[in-house]
This record gives sequence, C-alpha cells and structure tokens, in this order.
Amino acid sequence: MFNQLRAALVMVLLMTALTGIAYPLAVTAIAQVAMPHAANGSLVERNGVTVGSALIGQAFASDRYFGSRPSATGPEPYNASASSGSNLGPTSAKLRDRVAADVERLKADGTEGSVPADAATTSGSGLDPHISPEFVRSQVARVAKARDLPETEVAALVERMTEGRALGFIGEPRLNVLELNLALDALKT
Amino acid sequence: MTIIGWLQISLLFLAVLAVIKPLGLYMAGVFAGERTLLSPLLAPIERGFYRLAGVDQTREQGWLGYTLAMLALSLAGFILLYGILRLQAYLPLNPQGFANVPADLAFNTAVSFVTNTNWQNYAGETTMSHFSQMAGLTVQNFLSAATGMAMAVALTRAFARSQVSVIGNFWVDFTRATLYVLLPISLLMAVVFVSMGVPQTLDASATATTLEGAQQTIALGPVASQEAIKQLGTNGGGFFNANAAHPFENPTAFSNYLNIFAMLSISSALVYTFGQMVGSRRQGWTLLATMAILLIAGVGLVYWAETQGNPILGALGLDPAQGNMEGKEVRFGQAMTALYAAVTTGLSDGGVNGMHGSLTGLGGLVPMFLIQLGEVLPGGVGSGLYGMIVFAILSVFVAGLMVGRTPEFLGKKIEGREMKFVMLAVLILPLAILGFTAVSAMLPFAVASVGTGGPHGLSEILYAFTSAAGNNGSAFGGLSGNTPWYNTALGIAMLVGRFAYVVPVMAIAGSLAGKVKLPTSAGTFPTDTPLFVGLLIGIILILGGLQFFPALALGPIVEHFAMLAGQTF
Repeated sequence: MFNQLRAALVMVLLMTALTGIAYPLAVTAIAQVAMPHAANGSLVERNGVTVGSALIGQAFASDRYFGSRPSATGPEPYNASASSGSNLGPTSAKLRDRVAADVERLKADGTEGSVPADAATTSGSGLDPHISPEFVRSQVARVAKARDLPETEVAALVERMTEGRALGFIGEPRLNVLELNLALDALKT
Repeated sequence: MTIIGWLQISLLFLAVLAVIKPLGLYMAGVFAGERTLLSPLLAPIERGFYRLAGVDQTREQGWLGYTLAMLALSLAGFILLYGILRLQAYLPLNPQGFANVPADLAFNTAVSFVTNTNWQNYAGETTMSHFSQMAGLTVQNFLSAATGMAMAVALTRAFARSQVSVIGNFWVDFTRATLYVLLPISLLMAVVFVSMGVPQTLDASATATTLEGAQQTIALGPVASQEAIKQLGTNGGGFFNANAAHPFENPTAFSNYLNIFAMLSISSALVYTFGQMVGSRRQGWTLLATMAILLIAGVGLVYWAETQGNPILGALGLDPAQGNMEGKEVRFGQAMTALYAAVTTGLSDGGVNGMHGSLTGLGGLVPMFLIQLGEVLPGGVGSGLYGMIVFAILSVFVAGLMVGRTPEFLGKKIEGREMKFVMLAVLILPLAILGFTAVSAMLPFAVASVGTGGPHGLSEILYAFTSAAGNNGSAFGGLSGNTPWYNTALGIAMLVGRFAYVVPVMAIAGSLAGKVKLPTSAGTFPTDTPLFVGLLIGIILILGGLQFFPALALGPIVEHFAMLAGQTF
C-alpha cells in the first residue's frame, strides 16, 4: 500500500509538470509565434484604437448602429469579463416579462410584424457577436434614417456582410454586429 | 427541423464513424504495450516516470491492487488540486489577483475535476487564476480521463483472458493513456482551436473602447489548451462561465464540430478497442450500434422540441421560425445546439454550447434522461464503456432467465457474484440522484437556491444531482449551487457516482478474469446480433430509465404542459 501511495504522489506531480505546465506553455508558444492575432483574442483596431474583438459582441444603444441581442451578463450587458446566460426556464415569469418589454421596445423602434426570436432573447454566453439576417433587416430602415442614407445602400451593405453557411449547409446565416457597424461607419455619408 | 439541420448532424456522426477503427486499433496497441509511432519520443519519458514513481511496469496487478492504485491516484490528485485552489493567491500566474477559493467551493471543485464531472459552482473567468486553470484543473482533465480509460481496459482484459488473477498494471495503463493518446491529440487539437480563434495567452484580459465609447474588458487566458482536453477527456469544465457557448471557447460552426467530434471520438473508439481486445470486433460494433440508435434518437427529440419554440414567447409577438433562442447562440442555431446538448449528456462531458436550463420542457428532459440512463451513449472515456458492459451483463442475465440457461457474455459465465456487483453498481445512481434530490426539495435553504419557480425549480435540483452523480457536469444553471449545502451534497454525490460505481465494476473484472473462457456452443445466446441490440436498448430504457420517470413527470413533463397552457411561475 505504501508503494502505491508513493507512486500516486510522484505520478501526480510528474503529470502536473507535463500536462499542467509543459503542455499549456508549449501550446502558448506555438500560438503566440504562429497565430498571434487569434491567440490574443482576435482584437479589432480602428485608427490605432482597439474597438473590440471580432468574436465578442458589444452593446449598441444608438439608432445609428445595428443593435445586438439582449445580454444577460451583469452588471452591464456584454460584460466580456463575466459571461453568462439568463438560465431562465421556459415557464419563467421573469423571462416572459423581459421578452414582453423587449418586444415593445423593438416595435417602438420600428420593427414591423413579428419580432425575430434572436432580437428579444439572450444568448447562452451573453456575448453573442452575431444576429440573424431577419433581425438585421428589421433594423435597416431605422439605421438608414438615423444616418441620412438611402435604405438601398444600407440594405446592400447588409447583403454584402451576411455570412452564409460554409459549403452551403454548415453553420447558420448570420451577421457580425461589430463588423457590420464598422463597415457602416466607413460608408461615406 | 430542416434538411440542412439534419445534414449538419449527419456530417458529425460520419466524421466520428471514420475514426473509430483507426483510433480503436491504435489504442488497442497502446494498451497491449506495443511500440507506437510516438514511441521514439515518448518512451524515454514513460520509462522515466516509472522509475521515479517506483513502478515495475512488468508486474501486473489483481483487481484489488489495480483499484487501490486508482483510488490512491485520485486521492493524491484531489489533495494537490484542493491545495492549489486554497492557495492560489500566493501562487504564480495570477494576473487578475484572484483570492484563494473558499473551502467548500474548493472541495466541490476538486472532487468535481478528479471524478471527471467538472460541475462548476464558480465562474471561471472571475474565480480561477491561470495557474489554477493550468496546473490544477487541466491536469485533472487529463488524469481523470486516463483513469477512466485504464479501468475500462482492465475490465476488457477480464473478458479477453482465461483463468488468471491479474488484469494489468494501473500505473502503466494510466500513463500510456495520457502519454500516447490524450496528450498528443490534445496538443494537435489545441493548435487547431487557436487557428479557429480560441485564445491562448498568459495575459488576463484586453481592454477595448467600443464604438459607442464604453470600456469593454475582454477576459483572455490559456483557453485553447484547456478546451482541447476538456472535450477529448469528456470532462466538460469550461475556462469561462458560459462554457462552449462562449465565443472564445467555441467561435465558429467548425469549432463546434471539433468540440463535439473530440468528445465522441475516444469514447466511441474505445468500444472498438474492446471488440478488438476480446477478439470480436462484431461485439464492439453491436455495442456501438446500440449507443448510436439511442443517441441519435436523443438528438432528434431535442432538435424537434427546440424548433417548436416557446408558445409563451410566441404569444408576445416573437416569430416562432427560429425556434426557442433563449440561451442559444446565433452561430449554432437549433441543429448544432441540439446535437451538442444530446452528445454532451449521452457522454459524460457536461460542456454546453447553449444553456440547458433555458431549453423547453421536453428539450430539457432529454439531456437529463440521457445522464440518468448512465451515460453510456457512448459515455465518458472509459466510464461509458464499462457502464455499457454492465448493461450488457444485465441483458444476458435477463435473457438467461427467460430461456432458463446460465447466462454467458463473451464466453464468461455470469453467476450470482457478478450479478450482485452489477446490481450494486446499477442501483447506486438512482439512490444518489433521487435521494439527494428528495432531501434538497424538503430543506428550505436548499429550495431557496432555485432560480425559476414551479416545476422548473424541481428540475433544477433534480438536474444538479443527476449531473453530479452521473459525473456529467452540465447544469440547469438557474440553481445557485455555490452554497455550503450544494457544494457538499453535490461533492458527495460525485464521489459516490464515480467510486461507488467503479469499485463493484472492478470486482466484476477480478471475478471474470479468474473464469474459464468457454468456447461458443449451439446453446450460447449470441450477443452480437440485432436481436441483442434490441434487448440491450430495452434493458437500458427500462432498468436504467424507468426508475426516474416519477421524478421526471413532476419536473420537465409538467413544465412541458404548463408551457403549452401558457402558464408561468
């Protein structure tokens, strides 16, 4: 039995050195040398200022920008240092009231007809960088008006920025909100 | 449900199918002690480890010695991890300056990672230093997985051998599983994850100024290295609180594939290894077919339930076309989220790419039920295989009762002693799940942790103990589990679910190894036919699942009808 305990102790320490120190450091070294952009969070810069990560959503309140999905992170939405879903069950009264309020807000902002599901639900991470093409389309008129742009021009931009399914069937059609809004800012007004 | 959705799901299963044979054969070689492609590089490390640990690699152990070695390793791993968590403020690589983890949470977390559960009562990015994530949690991701593989291989040898008292050397099986299987594949996969956008840095965070001028602090860390072994070892403990729903753990549809593929590949291939080692590949495929049928049914049911959407939200003016999107990511949609939810619970992974607590009534029922079946579809690495063998033994026993012959499985007579151990193992899961749930549902301070009222509240508690005892780790996250009661009770449930299950299994291995391997005769009940697949499915559903039906009826099933009736709580 003593032999077994000794073996266990030594093995745990050796494995910690191998799989807990050497392995993650080796991956870090490879990643930092070969793929520094991805390894450091796919950060996006504009005029030398880091404006976010291409993979992480952010909140947009202004009419001039396409809005992201609601986010359940605290204390503020899209808190990228504390990811979280709402974890509310389907029969939760809190969920019903929150969605009802969001639907009302979206309708007041000009959404016509039924509201796309992603527009009034929170994502699992609270950091979803994407929204559905339907949600984007429901915002085109509002954004175009706020920017004094012809609707067709904004709609064309949306068309261009829509990411389709890889090979025609892998993944879901979507738009990256930060990239879309950056492209919007780059349009000549 | 759409054709494109099912195409996405099918592609994943085809990819896994393609690696089952090569990976299964490779692992059979690894556990037979053969030289592999990687031996020139790894054999010196392997020999060095044995020498330092005082292990004689040529000496095999009986079932008791093998089991004690496994318990000793788990104990040592627990102590080291607990120590690291309790002292992380004084340890290096703590750029965020996180405090020491409190005692009850450290106990829960250490047990959780040592038992391959990876239940998390903490949020990774706001609790754990990089050192704790790497040298603490990542290490146990490897060790608990390698331990499971070792035990499955030992049980396999008991069927392959005839009249012997030894079933292998735990230290050798465990070391070879880590060095030759888990480590090289993890390294490769981690690099691929980085190329898809998963960060790998020792920095704590990046700061951005958003387009609207707000400051956004973006948590970073050595994510890719942990993500790879988290899935490969069916651990499931996320670097971040949101687990694989977080865009940094799972940025794209392809990374989602890789995540699920990594979970499924070793567990599935091990079943092939089993067939190879016992000399009947057909037996391996028979078990795999059983697993695949039940798992795909599970995927289909979640997918169907979620695309129906939530009528309560539909009545508020939400378009039902996208299905239930609460707790889901746009880039995954319904098909990829359903696939992940069923696979992570058919396995004992427990990572999530959408929040299970926000699934619809029936959509949430499936993951819970798949864990309650014992996580054998195809289950955790190793633990799924030995769980399935337990069900197979139970099936031949029931078949034997029906035809009045002594049951045999793979030439080994199944007798009273084995059946007692099988029943011990099979009954421990419902005892831990239902017992702890019943107690918690009666304790006011335990009920106070519930997030959503009504039937969903019971589901949250039931899911927690199902996940803990099943060593899964996924959650209905509305439950605030970081309390002394849940930290302790869930910790005990995890220990019971892992060790009170595997010790009887190892006793079965010891008992079977000593028996003669009988040749197949005309009176042998064949266990590699479609008939046996049907029997096995029946046994899994009736003996594995039916005992949970009353509890499920009060939780997710009532919730489903409440949802249809538009009732909220």
